[in-house]
Amino acid sequence: MTLALGWLWRASVLGLLAFAVFGPLANLLLWAFAIQWYYPHRLPLAYGFRYWGAVFKPTSDAFASLSTSVLIATITVVVCLLLAIPAGYALSRRRLPGRGFILIILLLPQAFPSVAIYFNIARLFYKVGLNGTIAGVVLVHAAHGLVIAVWIAAAAFAAVDGELEFAARNLGASPLRTALTVTLPLAAPGLMAAAIFVFLESLDEFTGTYFVGVPDVTTLPLIMFTASLAGNYQIAAVTALILLVPSIAFMLLIERFLNTEMLAKVG
Amino acid sequence: MPDRRPLSLLLVAPALAVVLALFVYPLGYSLVSAFTARDGQPSLDNFIKTFDLYTTDIVFTLVIVAVSTALTGLFAAAIGGYLVLGAHPAAVTLLKWLYRWPLFIPFIVAAQCMRTFLAKNGMLNNTLDALGLVDVTGLSGLLDWRGIIVTFVWKETPFVALLVSGAMAALDRASIEAARNLGAGSLRILVEILLPQIAGVMTVALVLAFVTMLSVLSVPIMISGGSPTMITVDMAFRVNSYSDYGVANALGFISYLIAGLAAWIYVRHNVAGQAAE
Repeated sequence: MTLALGWLWRASVLGLLAFAVFGPLANLLLWAFAIQWYYPHRLPLAYGFRYWGAVFKPTSDAFASLSTSVLIATITVVVCLLLAIPAGYALSRRRLPGRGFILIILLLPQAFPSVAIYFNIARLFYKVGLNGTIAGVVLVHAAHGLVIAVWIAAAAFAAVDGELEFAARNLGASPLRTALTVTLPLAAPGLMAAAIFVFLESLDEFTGTYFVGVPDVTTLPLIMFTASLAGNYQIAAVTALILLVPSIAFMLLIERFLNTEMLAKVG
Repeated sequence: MPDRRPLSLLLVAPALAVVLALFVYPLGYSLVSAFTARDGQPSLDNFIKTFDLYTTDIVFTLVIVAVSTALTGLFAAAIGGYLVLGAHPAAVTLLKWLYRWPLFIPFIVAAQCMRTFLAKNGMLNNTLDALGLVDVTGLSGLLDWRGIIVTFVWKETPFVALLVSGAMAALDRASIEAARNLGAGSLRILVEILLPQIAGVMTVALVLAFVTMLSVLSVPIMISGGSPTMITVDMAFRVNSYSDYGVANALGFISYLIAGLAAWIYVRHNVAGQAAE
């Protein structure tokens, strides 16, 4: 009897949690496929892909913004890795004067609320003509993604076995050659993770683009935001789903990296 | 061996330059602007105007972020605790699979989900109505301060729970078994043995969550458009509608102070922790 009660209790708590986690997502899914849905109906009256067609029509704003978003995210990844690989290498592999101080500066952007930073960047960018340009938005996204990219890159380089580098040096390889042919390939999986992370951060970024991108650069989150505030829930839901899928895929993909041993080191 | 330190600095320099130019410089610019009047003289005018117009919103922001952080900590502790102490492998596996879903979902997508889920005629009310628990015609929906808290907690709990459960799993199990043998229940083990040992990780995670919530613009706009609202929305409004950077930056300064308060609690906690050891 108590056994059954115990399972009833566990099942109801897990059921509630499942409803809390998936309910909002299910509501979004319904809106993405709803063609007709109004009060007081609990479920849509007609389903279909009409709004998917509207979003993926090559001439639509949403489709253009999807290309803009992917372009910006791709350039952001390149910029971030070009900055983070040397920095992460130096931070993990070499003696560095003022290492603690440099780490603190690199971590600062995560420690401050960012809205006020973004509109001041927009004001500064306006003076130099970077407002409303792809380059301006990429710079803002790169600065935001850099913290995590340097952090992951440093961890990836720190995990490379130093003995292998010594061996390469003993066999006569120059430091540069050792770095490029031994250290870099061994750190590649970690750097890949950093790249995916930066790509997603850029794809999803809203606040910085909201201030710096106007009026000419419109990314997918901005389209979603505008559609939602205009009450255009189907378009908002479809664009939200496009943003959602890579995020969920990433969560499932890095599941094996999120093991307890790695996480124990974070604190 | 030759001194290669200049080379190391050279490797870090580009990244450092980007953070200095795109974070530290705008931050300084924002501070100066907050304390400068329209005529260019140093003054506190912006703050007088800010407190005149936005005191309610500042308190509102503080309460929302504080309550959300507290609830996030509570849920994260419960999830972490069950993952480590749960006696039923099936339930533990299911929970582990369940709780992570919102982890990487962008805030703006979370806001859109909640905007429909928590609405008067959203899935939450409709489900409660279908179960006969409430009458949907008499409900108003949760799209106000409560909706903001729900969205923040929904989005931040997986992150904090992930760090907390990781730290708990890395603890020595001997003390848990000892307490269990002496007859301690799971709740007691969680509160008296697990939580004190992972308090450091919990504080770091909650401070990060706290600062993140202070930085989100989309959620308060999309969940609750009206007044009172969070100061992030006020900042965007001052900038977009009035180009009033003075007051916007004064609000920004207040958001730094609130984040600083959280960081101070964290540092104090760490110092206290080290003194105790």
